[in-house]
Amino acid sequence: MDNILSIVTFIPAIAAGILALFLHGDDAAAQRNAKWIALLATTVTFLVSIGIYTGFDPSNTGFQMVEEGEWLMGLKYKMGVDGISVLFVLLTTFIMPLTILASWNVTTRVKEYMVAFLLLETLMLGVFMALDLVLFYLFFEAGLIPMFLIIGIWGGANRIYASFKFFLYTFLGSVLMLVAMVAMYADAGTTDIEALMTHQFSSEGFSVLGVYVVGGLQTLMFLAFFASFAVKMPMWPVHTWLPDAHVQAPTAGSVVLAAILLKMGGYGFLRFSLPMFPVGSAVMTDVVLWMSAIAVVYTSLVALVQEDMKKLIAYSSVAHMGFVTMGIFAANQQGIDGAIFQMLSHGFISAALFLCVGVIYDRMHTREIDAYGGLVIRMPAYALVFMLFTMANVGLPGTSGFIGEFLTMMGAFQVNTWVTAVAATGVIFSAGYALWLYRRVVFGDLIKESLKAMTDMTSRERLIFAPLIIMTILLGVYPSLVTDVIGNSTAALISNYDTALAAAEAVTQTAASH
Amino acid sequence: MIQADLTIILPEIILAIYAMAALIGAVYTTKDALAPVLIWATAGLMALLAFWIATNGDGTNVAFNGMFVDDGFSRFAKVAILLSAASVLVMSQDYMARRDLLRFEYPLLVALAAVGMMMMVSAGDLMSLYMGLELQSLALYVVAALRRDSAKSTEAGLKYFVLGALSSGLLLYGASLVYGFTGTTLFSGIIQTVHHGDVSVGLLFGLIFLISGLAFKVSAVPFHMWTPDVYEGSPTPITAFFATAPKVAAMALFARVLHDAFGGVVKDWQQVIVLLSVLSMLLGAVAAIGQRNIKRLMAFSSIAHMGYALIGLAAGTELGIKAMLMYLAIYVTMNIGTFAFILMMERDGKPVTDIDALRQYSKRDPGKALAVLILMFSLAGVPPMLGFFAKFGVWQAGVSAGLTGLVVVSAIASVIGAFYYLRIVFYMYFGDENEEPIETRSTPVLWVALMGSAALMLIGVFYQFGIEGAAAAAAATLVN
Repeated sequence: MDNILSIVTFIPAIAAGILALFLHGDDAAAQRNAKWIALLATTVTFLVSIGIYTGFDPSNTGFQMVEEGEWLMGLKYKMGVDGISVLFVLLTTFIMPLTILASWNVTTRVKEYMVAFLLLETLMLGVFMALDLVLFYLFFEAGLIPMFLIIGIWGGANRIYASFKFFLYTFLGSVLMLVAMVAMYADAGTTDIEALMTHQFSSEGFSVLGVYVVGGLQTLMFLAFFASFAVKMPMWPVHTWLPDAHVQAPTAGSVVLAAILLKMGGYGFLRFSLPMFPVGSAVMTDVVLWMSAIAVVYTSLVALVQEDMKKLIAYSSVAHMGFVTMGIFAANQQGIDGAIFQMLSHGFISAALFLCVGVIYDRMHTREIDAYGGLVIRMPAYALVFMLFTMANVGLPGTSGFIGEFLTMMGAFQVNTWVTAVAATGVIFSAGYALWLYRRVVFGDLIKESLKAMTDMTSRERLIFAPLIIMTILLGVYPSLVTDVIGNSTAALISNYDTALAAAEAVTQTAASH
Repeated sequence: MIQADLTIILPEIILAIYAMAALIGAVYTTKDALAPVLIWATAGLMALLAFWIATNGDGTNVAFNGMFVDDGFSRFAKVAILLSAASVLVMSQDYMARRDLLRFEYPLLVALAAVGMMMMVSAGDLMSLYMGLELQSLALYVVAALRRDSAKSTEAGLKYFVLGALSSGLLLYGASLVYGFTGTTLFSGIIQTVHHGDVSVGLLFGLIFLISGLAFKVSAVPFHMWTPDVYEGSPTPITAFFATAPKVAAMALFARVLHDAFGGVVKDWQQVIVLLSVLSMLLGAVAAIGQRNIKRLMAFSSIAHMGYALIGLAAGTELGIKAMLMYLAIYVTMNIGTFAFILMMERDGKPVTDIDALRQYSKRDPGKALAVLILMFSLAGVPPMLGFFAKFGVWQAGVSAGLTGLVVVSAIASVIGAFYYLRIVFYMYFGDENEEPIETRSTPVLWVALMGSAALMLIGVFYQFGIEGAAAAAAATLVN
């Protein structure tokens, strides 16, 4: 199959089209059909995407399975994967069937709901595969529309505020990135990502409005991209949209947001910021590292005092993403491998944690931590699953969470000891909030009357968790499964980055000696 | 000689003679009863002429010693003007008929306005420019006040007239200064003086006055004050007309004057256009936030959109003109769809313009709600809709002309502006239930206009019907 990437990307969109056009009515049968069609489409997408994995050659550091075609306005439709993106594609196709299963209890506007999720899947997959700047932007930005609707239509009580905040926050970051993209197009004369990676953007310092910019054009472009990716990540201090969006979104929306959408920020740093603006990245490294360390500690502390379970997990996501940015900007093998690993692992763990909240929310319709307690008595299986993922979130050795945190800290330690030391305290805090949450929800006496009729997980719910449990433990004990695939590509990325920095250095020195 | 000249302006002559003949014919026969026929006949003739101009035009032809220029640029603008005027005409028939507004003068005034607009975009001389502009404006003043017994409509017409006369005065004063300092009214003559490097203060003054007069016609800030009131006061089909064809004509005329007559001194007018553009985008984005009336909201939206289109003009390059033309074509398509929906909005047979009335509309009519959603996101410039590519084009032109600051401002304005488009989506999809839901009466024409333009916003991502090539060719004939 020559165009397997396009096939994988557009299967969900085609299914969404079929649902939208041919499924009529809103009775129980139509709702059931919508769910089954969505589940079928996402499952097929996953099965086909396995073909990408088996066909992928890890020793090749370039882009593979590349498809190219003419598009409008001199742009190109170009798709391809390399070691950095291929696993994100699989993460997306893996998580989506689970989110559809997790939405089995949705009763309002089921058809539209499924259409929104299917379109979202297409757009997310496109982000990870696009090899044209504008095509990337198109997928990246269009994903806001279904997510805006998912939060706004099927969200909680304060959904309108959350959906507008989500949209406008991310939109502002993205349009600045678009301006930088337009400038890159003007400078390099192409929007091909592969070509842009080898293009040297000027790093000669100049003044803007009286402020001298070290690193010149590269730094400005880095900042524009940073505006978008930092919001998407999200990094402290622009993370405030995330807790609102998570709390108000329906369970499946939270899962997609945490497991996949947040990863676009990290992916963007690896795809654009480091390879295309090496000098800009180097100039900003210390700032980003410290922002990451602050994010880890600050959001962990904030997580400690949350009363809403989803909000707590949302803040913990921000903290974990802090490790990711720390690893990326350490810009060495352990750091970047660790960052990608951490993103994948967080994809499974945070998805599972939000699903855990969803399980009890479906029964009690509240996310207040105080409303629970002693669940282990009525729900032993649930307690076990929740325990596993709490531990994985803390970073217990043997789970995938440990590998990611360990590698990123090891990478960062070689670059900046103090940042790593501060971030390491965050690990302790994370144990604090996660275990305390677990203790308050699951342990203790079952004294609340309302909880006495709780039933344990249904077989559908167990089915959702099973693959996540397998992946979390598998990656925890056998991390080479990931690092072997990404290793060569990250090594190539780092060597290009170092070469470009050295070259820029040499240019500056010759300029100085003249 | 005269015969060759007449051949070149044949489309304008046909439309003008048709309008006058039909006027006389209707007066002496059944008058208003003839109006539906006239609407379809006028629209049909316009579509036919558009097709003719699109397929038959070739090269650059100059008539009447340079007063009238028929080139790729003017043909592109004429096709856009004629097609949008024709669509608005057929869209308005049902609305006008049921509100007892369907007078036979209406389609004929629109036809005369179209003749004026065609003159404008083909003007090669300050005299023919003014002739076209006034022919268009006078027809528009009258249609704005079409609902004679409504205070708001007459107010709209009067306001438009008084402020329009003021802007014509500014423009004429500018034209006289330009004439005084160059000794000619021909664009080709003016540009020769300019190329010589004789840009005296007087000529600059003339240029600034010309720009002010034209900025009024495209409703660029700070010459926009008439727009919200006229949009709100005029009957909705007239508003739809104001928002489409005249905007294309005025922008095209703007581009023609600046490039044909002042092409050599881009630096002298660039800053002025940048200022107009920045102010329009920011005011259009901010002022619409408080609007509850969808017609006023669309007025500010069109001010903002003119600001974005002006980026292409400010670039002063071929790429810029191409981006501007594409922006206009896409903008007109989006507005036709949006106004088709606004024309449908009513309750108990009375038109409704309050956006509050749209609450939970998606539950009652998911198909149309989806179309409006697509149009709103397109107006906001969110990909994958075509509106995004329009913005991308002008930004690209702006950055390559070194106007990065302007592009950054417009990026920020587009985020602020996204808020009010999102709010319409918000009312339709997740607002609270309204006690008095609106009905939407859809005639086949309106339905096709709404669904068609929404579909185009998506199809355009894959295929653009050759618009891009045509815009590029048009831009090439203007800038050289």
